[in-house]
Amino acid sequence: MAGTGLKLEQIPGERLLGAVAALLAEKGITSPAEIAQQIAATDAAAPAQGARMIAKAWTDADYRAALLADGTRAAEMLGIPMRGAPPLGVLEDTEDLHHLVVCTLCSCYPRAVLGYPPFWYKSAAYRARAVRDPRGLLAEWGTMLAPGIRLRVVDSTADYRWMVLPLRPAASEGWSEQQLASLVRETDMIGVTLPGHSAA
Amino acid sequence: MSGPKEARRLPPGSLVRVRDDWPELRGKAHVRTPHYLRGRRGRVVRYLGDFKNPEELAFARPAALLPLYHVSFEQPAIWHEGDAGDELLVEVYGSWLEPA
Repeated sequence: MAGTGLKLEQIPGERLLGAVAALLAEKGITSPAEIAQQIAATDAAAPAQGARMIAKAWTDADYRAALLADGTRAAEMLGIPMRGAPPLGVLEDTEDLHHLVVCTLCSCYPRAVLGYPPFWYKSAAYRARAVRDPRGLLAEWGTMLAPGIRLRVVDSTADYRWMVLPLRPAASEGWSEQQLASLVRETDMIGVTLPGHSAA
Repeated sequence: MSGPKEARRLPPGSLVRVRDDWPELRGKAHVRTPHYLRGRRGRVVRYLGDFKNPEELAFARPAALLPLYHVSFEQPAIWHEGDAGDELLVEVYGSWLEPA
C-alpha cells in the first residue's frame, strides 16, 4: 500500500474486513445489516435448496412452468434469497435430451441454489473434457445415456447461471415432495449424474 | 413498443459466426468468448437480455450494455469427437457475432 508504509499481508484479515465494511457504510454503498444478510444467504446456499426446487417441479406442474420460465423467481417463491445473484436459467431434460453444465472459462456455478461447486468442477480436466469428450466424461461417472438421447453441453460463460431439471426417476412413483428432494444430488442438477442412479 | 435496438436484435434461428478475433494477443484482455468457438458457425437459440460488456467491466472502465444470446454449436464439428446431434450451448455477446 503506497504511502502508508504497511504491507497488505501484515494487516490481520478481520481488521481489514472491519475497515472495508466501515468505509462501505460511510460512503453509503452498503450497510452492516446488508453485509450480514448476504453472508447468511451465502452460508444457507446448499444443494438441498436446489433439490427442493426440483422436487416441487416434479410434483407441481404450475411450479415447473414457473421454474423453466424464470429460475430466479422460482427460487424466490421457495424463500431462497436471490438478491445480487446472477439470473438463474433452468435447463429441462426430456426423454430425448440430456444437459450437462460446465464453465470452461472459470467456475461459474449456480451458487445461490447449489452452494459452492464441488472441487472437481473447477479442475482443468473437467472443464476441458466436458466440451470435448462429454460422453466419455459421463461414462466415467457411470452415467450411460440410452441410445438416441441427444446431449447438450451448456458452457456457462457469461451473466447467467444454469441448473438442470432432470427427469424424475420412474421408481419414485408416489413419493412425497420431501422424499423426492432427498433423492436429488448436486451432481444431478448439473447433469453429470441422473437422479436415482448411483455414481460410478 | 419495439425500438431500433429491438429491431436489430437477432431472432431465434439466426445463423451466426463467432468473430475469429484474438484480443488477448493484442494486450491485456478479459474475454468471455471461449477460444474453441472463435470463427465457428452457430445458431441463435434465444436472446437472454442486455448485460454490461465484461471486457470493459473487468478493467473498471465504462461498460456499454450488450445483447447476450444463447447460441448452439454442433459439438462433433468442433472437436471431431462426440455423437452426431450433440451440441454446445454457449452464452455469447452480440459484439462477437456476425451473420454467417
